[in-house]
Amino acid sequence: MVEQKESVLGKHALTHLRQLEAESIHIIREVAAEFEKPVMLYSIGKDSATLVRLAQKAFHPAPLPFPLMHVDTTWKFRDMYKFRDTFTKANNLNLIVHTNQEGKRDGVNPFDQGSEKFTTIMKTQALVQALTQYGFDAAFGGARRDEEKSRAKERIYSFRDKFQQWDPKNQRPELWSLYNGKINRGESIRVFPMSNWTELDIWQYIYLEDIPLVPLYYAAERPVVERNGSLIMVDDERMRLHPGEKPQLKSIRFRTLGDYPLSGAIESEAKTVPEIIKEMLLTRHSERQGRLIDHDQAASMERKKREGYF
Amino acid sequence: MSADEELIEKDILGFLAKHEHKELLRFVIVGSVDDGKSTLIGRLLFELKAVYEDQLEAVRKATTMVGVPIDFSLITDGLEAEREQGITIDVAYRYFTTEKRKFIVADTPGHVQYTRNMVTGASTADVAVILIDARLGVLEQSRRHAYLASLLGIPHLLVAVNKMDLVGYDQKRFEAIREEFSGFCKGLSFKDVTFIPVSALLGENVVQRGEKVTWYKGPTVLGFLETVPIAEDQNLTDFRYPVQYVLRPNLNYRGFAGQIASGVVRKGDEVMILPSGKTSRVKAIDTFAGERDEAFAPESVTLRLEHEIDCSRGDMIVLPGNRPRTSRSFDAHVVWLHEKPLDPEKSYFLKHTTQTIRMQVSKVHNRIELTTLEEVPADTLQLNEIGLLSITTHRPTYHDAYQQNRVTGAFVIVDSLSNATVGAGMILPPEEDEQDIEAALREVRAGSGLENKTQVSPRERRERLGQTGVTVWLSGLPGSGKVNVAYVLERKLFDLGHAAHVLAPEGDPLSAIAVATRGLTDAGIITICALPAKTRAERALVQDRVGKERFVEVFVDTDPTISQERRPDADHSGFEPPDQADVTVNLDQLRVERAVNAIIDLLAKRGWVDLA
Ligand SMILES: Nc1nc2c(ncn2[C@@H]2O[C@H](COP(=O)(O)OP(=O)(O)O)[C@@H](O)[C@H]2O)c(=O)[nH]1
Repeated sequence: MVEQKESVLGKHALTHLRQLEAESIHIIREVAAEFEKPVMLYSIGKDSATLVRLAQKAFHPAPLPFPLMHVDTTWKFRDMYKFRDTFTKANNLNLIVHTNQEGKRDGVNPFDQGSEKFTTIMKTQALVQALTQYGFDAAFGGARRDEEKSRAKERIYSFRDKFQQWDPKNQRPELWSLYNGKINRGESIRVFPMSNWTELDIWQYIYLEDIPLVPLYYAAERPVVERNGSLIMVDDERMRLHPGEKPQLKSIRFRTLGDYPLSGAIESEAKTVPEIIKEMLLTRHSERQGRLIDHDQAASMERKKREGYF
Repeated sequence: MSADEELIEKDILGFLAKHEHKELLRFVIVGSVDDGKSTLIGRLLFELKAVYEDQLEAVRKATTMVGVPIDFSLITDGLEAEREQGITIDVAYRYFTTEKRKFIVADTPGHVQYTRNMVTGASTADVAVILIDARLGVLEQSRRHAYLASLLGIPHLLVAVNKMDLVGYDQKRFEAIREEFSGFCKGLSFKDVTFIPVSALLGENVVQRGEKVTWYKGPTVLGFLETVPIAEDQNLTDFRYPVQYVLRPNLNYRGFAGQIASGVVRKGDEVMILPSGKTSRVKAIDTFAGERDEAFAPESVTLRLEHEIDCSRGDMIVLPGNRPRTSRSFDAHVVWLHEKPLDPEKSYFLKHTTQTIRMQVSKVHNRIELTTLEEVPADTLQLNEIGLLSITTHRPTYHDAYQQNRVTGAFVIVDSLSNATVGAGMILPPEEDEQDIEAALREVRAGSGLENKTQVSPRERRERLGQTGVTVWLSGLPGSGKVNVAYVLERKLFDLGHAAHVLAPEGDPLSAIAVATRGLTDAGIITICALPAKTRAERALVQDRVGKERFVEVFVDTDPTISQERRPDADHSGFEPPDQADVTVNLDQLRVERAVNAIIDLLAKRGWVDLA
């Protein structure tokens, strides 16, 4: 029997993290109850890790009533693949891995095609492909409203038409915790159960719950090259070095994880979650800075969303 | 460096321990355009370091003002681009945190679609912050904002009297506003109303205490938000547990997953399941972290019961001695959220707790005129209007009055065709205080609460068919050519894209014909009748059944001799020509096509037929 950790808030008051948790669990259960074929998008990062934990909490002691799906560009860090496979196995999670086979066959990569085009083909198109192929009518994602100014108005249930397109005019008002999950055949939703969490909340929760993460979040000596002001890790032999570039060992970590040639690292000594939080609080840069795809077109969020990226 | 930053630097674990125990406060901030809403939020976010450096840099660059570090209103101005794209402007959520609380701000734009946005942002808010421009004083909008905040059950109101710098920090001005507005707020249902003199632009009394308003001794905006007691706002008295999901991992485990809407539940409690009325005991309260002795709102948990009782999603678990009202009807204030107005004859979906059920409006009582806050007569609700409705549902709901319970008293209305969320409702207290649960459950078991009538409204049919039903009655002697006209007319209407149908039976009693005509007309069909009804009285009977306003009489006025020649077998006696036919066609002079065109022209003129 566990006692609720005695809180300074009084006997029957929930802390902000537990309130956020309760809200997210409510949303996850609502979707599982009202949709025919949900799936949880799993990107191996810290937000996904938190989302999976919340889903486990929602259905404990039963297994998750939906699969996880990793849309694999084939350019993730090696550590991410390793973590994904051990984690899903250890937790008995049903994982679907989907790759855009045409893209793979054509050898689409971040160097020749550039980050923008590469992402469109291997991520956006791949996701739409997978959702259509499996006929999923609801896809959970770990996106938060605090990530980016343009996300501040994003709904928790985000509606997509038959072509997986986001129609800004067709989003529904969300009042109380009453989510309208009515859709027509062929339509679908993206669900963001952690909309109200901030980056700090996520890290605090990871700390509190001891959620396992890919080691790349923690600082260690890793080989990097500096490119356009970003530190890019040389993760495997596919990395194309420019003339004169020589990988150097630096103590780095990542604030967000994606395709290694497109993920900027930061120099850091933070080897534990509290140290990461400390660094984060004392340097105020938005998380997205590390994502090179956003550097390409700062204001392209809306467009990406319409194409189905989110 | 703030105290918090020092703690982060020196003792991050201490910081984390402290920040684990914060409360969450949601507030909505409202004001008319230019009252300083963006500036106030921007100020808060800036001073609390909730703006990232890279974002701040962009704002700094865009700032054209002098005398202030940055144009704070630009921090939250993410809506501009969308305005240009013609996207519905709606609620934006922002986040910041202090050592005492985490805050979620619902930022609702002050102009277009105001009520809809404000109501959305207000639905979960603990505090409403209303801005009043000190120069302009209490406006009609200020009263409207306070009224809406109170209607949505927000317990605490903070009135920020802004732009005090522009009135020379005049205490009298502030007091006058306070006097006037607190008088108005007395009639509303806030637990407390607090007034703070502010200059959002200069940061007076926002986060920092003002130096200019020496006469003011109360809290700053942030100070108020950090300390206003909200724990008591949670309803911990009435245990309500809407079952959300049934967990059955194996034959030995059956758990009812849900979020506690209100109240507290303990292991061993006797509970009742609605609508079955069966009772059992709580065998266990399960969470991922292990079993618990008790749980309280708003926790998401899983309950297991002692007995194998029928219980599924949409049911509600309560304590037998403290039950919600169980009924298929209630009165509620409804805010209309959609461009398409309420159709009181149509059936919608209603989502209440974890149930989605069919509903109908049984009565529109009135509408609240938002400029005067008075009740005015109404028979529908338009976008952004609020009205008092009686609602009937297909299955019972287990509800409380919204002012007692913001979870079990709230619902949304969903259009069953478009799936859009079209309304938001707040249930009013019932007329009777105590409900006899046995009687209520009997009634619930007895059958549908909806009147057995069509759930498809005339408006919906009209929209589906693109036309409205009308009866075209052809009067004329046997042999006048009625039936010929009828079939040519039917074909022509069909070719024009309309749904038309000819009724031309012979020998059926007139009453049966009247029923059929009415039925087809109700269905939205252009019903063409070519029947032998000779007397005016007979035709008046059909017209009466169908309804005068959708009955068109055509007199097929063919020369009696010709008619006689065409139908020598028929009885031509006793025919009474119509007194006032809507159109008369003369088939011995006109070709049938011309006659049909004359009829169609008339139908088009009256709006039944679309020639375009
Ligand atoms: N002098 C003065 N001007 C203010 C104050 N607060 C806002 N303003 C100005 O009022 C105008 C409208 O403010 P804004 O925040 O955009 O209003 P909103 O439409 O309510 O978001 C801007 O020019 C602000 O700089 C204040 O406290 N004092």
